[in-house]
Amino acid sequence: MLRTSFVLAAALSAFSVNAQQTVKIGMPLELSGQFADTANQMLNGAKTYMKEHGDTVAGKKIEIITKDVGGPAPDVAKRLSQELVVRDNVDILAGFALTPNAMAAGDVSAEAKKFMVVMNAATSAVITKSPYMIRTSVTLPQVMETFGTWAATKGGIKQSYTMVTDYGPGHDSEAAFQSAFKAAGGTIVGSVRFPVANPDFSAFVQRAKDISPESIFIFIPGGAQPAALGKAFAERGIDLKKTKVLGSGETTAEAALKSMGDNALGIITAWHYDYMSKVPLNQKFVKEYQSVANGRNPDFFSIGGYDGMHAIYEALKKTKGNTDAQALVDAAKGLKWESPRGPMMIDPETRDVVQNVYIRRVEKVAGELVNVPFDTIPMVKDPAGERRKTQK
Amino acid sequence: MENARFRPLEYVFWACTLLPFLVTPSYLSLASQVAVTALFALSLDLILGYAGIVSLGHAAFFGMGAYTAGLIAKHYWTEPLSGLLVAAVSAGVLGYLLSHIVVRFRHLALIMLTMGFGLLLAEAANSASALTGGADGLQGFHVPGVLGFKFDMFGRAAYAYALAVLFLCFLVARRIIHSPFGLALRGIRENATRMPAIGAPTLAHLRKAYTIAAVIAGIAGAVLTHTTSTVSLETLSFGRSADVLVILILGGAGRLYGGIIGAIIYMVARDQFSGVNPQYWYFWIGLLLVAVVMFLPNGILGGLRALRKKPQ
Repeated sequence: MLRTSFVLAAALSAFSVNAQQTVKIGMPLELSGQFADTANQMLNGAKTYMKEHGDTVAGKKIEIITKDVGGPAPDVAKRLSQELVVRDNVDILAGFALTPNAMAAGDVSAEAKKFMVVMNAATSAVITKSPYMIRTSVTLPQVMETFGTWAATKGGIKQSYTMVTDYGPGHDSEAAFQSAFKAAGGTIVGSVRFPVANPDFSAFVQRAKDISPESIFIFIPGGAQPAALGKAFAERGIDLKKTKVLGSGETTAEAALKSMGDNALGIITAWHYDYMSKVPLNQKFVKEYQSVANGRNPDFFSIGGYDGMHAIYEALKKTKGNTDAQALVDAAKGLKWESPRGPMMIDPETRDVVQNVYIRRVEKVAGELVNVPFDTIPMVKDPAGERRKTQK
Repeated sequence: MENARFRPLEYVFWACTLLPFLVTPSYLSLASQVAVTALFALSLDLILGYAGIVSLGHAAFFGMGAYTAGLIAKHYWTEPLSGLLVAAVSAGVLGYLLSHIVVRFRHLALIMLTMGFGLLLAEAANSASALTGGADGLQGFHVPGVLGFKFDMFGRAAYAYALAVLFLCFLVARRIIHSPFGLALRGIRENATRMPAIGAPTLAHLRKAYTIAAVIAGIAGAVLTHTTSTVSLETLSFGRSADVLVILILGGAGRLYGGIIGAIIYMVARDQFSGVNPQYWYFWIGLLLVAVVMFLPNGILGGLRALRKKPQ
């Protein structure tokens, strides 16, 4: 497959004017190991965009070169990024599912002066690592602080108990939600962290139940865990009509909803993308995506890859194919477009993503569990990025 | 006892380690990471190959060195050589403390124990995110270079630095192996109950070997930190402990060069396979390992030696 596309690319470039007319995008991705699925979803998002819009932009052919980082390994990510620049002569670095890898590659982008597009890595500070970097995914404070504020104000919730997974993103989400919730007048009545590979949540849920808080905020990575947590909620007799359960989009993502079943009904989540969204642009995207990804549905990793490619295409159009990092990042600053997730923009100052945050509730629509959006906070900037601005 | 003097083939080997500068200048970053891994494997060889201590948690010392070097560069100074020393000492202290428990056990219990320590340390680093940066990795430091040479994108200084450290540590390890102490270690490996009978303080010897190995592993971790300006939980992970064991077995344990050869073959194969096929390259690595274990049970070096001896 790779070989045929290579031959194809070679043949095509022979037909076009010359080899210099290619823009190479280097993607060091986590293609093997625990995060392989994440990286593949992201890559498929990028491929979907190329399928829809062709692989030529501003007279130049786009070529993707992928490398395998193999997991959270910044030393490898850095080396592969260096090699992509030095050996493969890539013009743009893109991808990055995981924060440490994006941070390490940021150094390379800054040193080699290469335009870099972060398509996932959601820790806010990633964006500060290179002046030539933009982000097209999401930041944790962007969703979690927004959610905390929303819960205490429009959501009318006075107190909350937080339950998060004991790792980096969990800690960040906990801090972001708690600080925003308290700042908006809410009280945190307690908190608990559970281990990353935790199979049984009964004890943790029981602790929450003993306090009987008005609401419970959870942050938990997608996969099998949300189901186990949902089961524990049902078993311990937490009534989702009385106790509001709040979570991130991962809590009620496709696989999680399927395995949780009706236990998920009533969970309120904040997120920036849902593949079930009925927006025509999204429905078209989902259909294209399924044909690229052998029937898989897209998730928020996919949309990060898809919009990342969009930003690259639009920036190249503006620079008329010039791949100079400064020119590209200047072109990308302030880009606005309509994505399948909704309207979005690259902040001209912080180079970070600006987008709608949707508040959704799990409901049964035509026999299927769906995240139904019932409130929208429009065009949210990364609050952590805004704070960095005032600190300077 | 083997001749402790450098053999001609060894001169050739070390001369060849300079080849990447001339032949493959675009692979120097990879070469520097091969040298780091080789050093790490060398340290495991000291305890596994020579003293017979099986460890599945050796990354604990590698990570200890890596984090110490990173924290020093972040909070105090970015000069790498002195940072290297401090990292070596901190890993050595950890190794010394653990050695008191570790050397009392053999075989399966030892594997469980070393693995347990490794996991504990990794989890501690994850929890102490204020100090270590947790899952995001340690941020906010940059090691500009060594002795005035810049760690740049091409990796010239990085490889020179890693290679020099590898060579010096190798000389030390070689000296140890060929000393009476080294001989005593091999004696313990072959028969731990018999050694005390000839008056060898078995446990003290093992403690010493374990501590020395920890120091070298810590140095390897520190070099990785210095040359990449990154530290993450991955340096402490079980995966790294397992990888280095595989590398050593691949090259041949108990042969000094086994870890180095194993590291070269494993890392270059990994780089080439994953370049050709980024998604499914593990298959080929697996195939390589199965083939080596089936046809060369004593590793590549063991196989070569058997080959050389056959005609006689």
